[in-house]
Amino acid sequence: MERELAIRLRGAVKRYGPITAVNGLDLDVPIGTCVGLLGPNGAGKSTTMRLLTAQSIADEGEIEVLGLRLPGESKMARAQCGVTPQLDNLDTTLTVQQNLLVFAHLYRISRGERRAAIERALEMAKLVDRRDSRVDKLSGGMRRRLLIARALVHRPRLVLLDEPTVGLDPQVRQELWALIDALRSEGTTILMSTHYIEEAQRLADTVMIMSHGKAVATGAPSELVREHAGRQVLEVYGPPARLAEVEAEAGSAGLRTRRTGTSISILGVDGENGYEIDGERRPANLEDVFVLLTGEEIA
Amino acid sequence: MAASETRAPRIGRLERSALTGVLVREVVNYSSYWRSSTFSSTVEPTIYLLAFGFGFGSLVSTIGGLDYVDFVGTGTVATAVLFSSAFPAMFGTFVKYQFQRTYDAILAAPVDTEELVTAEALWIATRAGVYGCVPMLVAMVFGLDPSWGMLLVPFIAWLAGFGWACFGIMIAGFAKSIENFNYVVSAVITPLFLLAGSFFPLDEFPDWAFALAQINPLHHCVQLVRHAVFGLEGWTDLARVGALVAFGLGVWRVAIIAMTRKLVD
Repeated sequence: MERELAIRLRGAVKRYGPITAVNGLDLDVPIGTCVGLLGPNGAGKSTTMRLLTAQSIADEGEIEVLGLRLPGESKMARAQCGVTPQLDNLDTTLTVQQNLLVFAHLYRISRGERRAAIERALEMAKLVDRRDSRVDKLSGGMRRRLLIARALVHRPRLVLLDEPTVGLDPQVRQELWALIDALRSEGTTILMSTHYIEEAQRLADTVMIMSHGKAVATGAPSELVREHAGRQVLEVYGPPARLAEVEAEAGSAGLRTRRTGTSISILGVDGENGYEIDGERRPANLEDVFVLLTGEEIA
Repeated sequence: MAASETRAPRIGRLERSALTGVLVREVVNYSSYWRSSTFSSTVEPTIYLLAFGFGFGSLVSTIGGLDYVDFVGTGTVATAVLFSSAFPAMFGTFVKYQFQRTYDAILAAPVDTEELVTAEALWIATRAGVYGCVPMLVAMVFGLDPSWGMLLVPFIAWLAGFGWACFGIMIAGFAKSIENFNYVVSAVITPLFLLAGSFFPLDEFPDWAFALAQINPLHHCVQLVRHAVFGLEGWTDLARVGALVAFGLGVWRVAIIAMTRKLVD
């Protein structure tokens, strides 16, 4: 029996003039899981997010959200979704509480439940003490917490987070991870786009790596690492000429490499294959997979 | 099999709850800027009234049997309506779309572009209905006599305000950049503003200009307000109401098309 899906995309295509932002994408997000869309800038993550709220209309393919067909039934789907955009669009001259009040109305929370819903969102965002502060007086981290809490005010079944921690300090990112993790443990289905590898690795049950509008790999982070990068990586440092040499050598030995700027990483050196060269051994990680699959050059 | 057992009730077009959501956002925001907005909407027409009243009024004492202050006091109702609807609609829509990205957030909620545009226009029209009465109230201080017909003025101002609000939203929907507004202000709004009959009668204009005024919604607003205050003219005024309704409905639909193209790609 197939698992129930919160999101189902089949062959979704979205073109903007000559650019194909999403190019035949299949995506399954089972209910109760957290799926991370990982990809470099321009991979089509944000366009995929916009397709799910029918703010972009696909040129081809099928899209279902919570069992509803898009774009025709999108409004019903949106009523049960919470969306955190990449760019902060809070009403900055309003207070924290007023922002939540507006969204309690936009998401049609009945009069009797509105106050409790706002209180719950304030607690989730840890902004109970700041409820009467104007948004333009909040720190960047508080604003982002409010942006997420605003999307949760109506207890959505599905939450779409577009780059939830982009441009924030490490400390603030960790705070937000705790918030997202709490949501996940409550059983809310989450689709999150990110280009931070650590974020995907920590929060996502399943990661889909995107490049040029397509999925290039899908699976649990640890499976992806094992499958594409092996267990061990040998990191060799040296001057550029030496690195080129090492790269050529490893290549002729049938091993895959990737450049990390200051070093060469030789992938899949898992013991018995007898490849010996001076370097530091480390466990393979998702970043290896990411760079391997999405290419080293930034387009 | 996708999650279809718990289907939400089917929801339709132009729903009250969606309109309410957008209106609540506007009303709550208004609580943070009502002072400046009320100031400009009140002071501007008052200045027009005083400038024309004292300036022109010293040369002309009556126009078409009306004291000049009465003439201009009722005429500038339309000016106030225009200033408090078309301009906020143009700039507000553009800013909310382009800079604040408010509409991205609203359209991610269960609100469609049609509802968004409609609610924004209803809100601006309501403000125009109130602010539009200000010049008339100021004119009363300078001697305009009260009449029962004045009670119709907020409704006329509301109706005209709805059309101008939709007009402004439509322009913002078509504009590629905020500088594009200059063309519209110079080539459309200013001529219509002068060709409305607010400050001087149009009878002495050449025929073509007079004919042009008949397709100017602002002119119908001016005439309706004057007639409401000094005596209605039956079928003619009913036709003017019809013209304002047609103007409002027409630009409302075009504004929705323009904004859909802008917001949904």
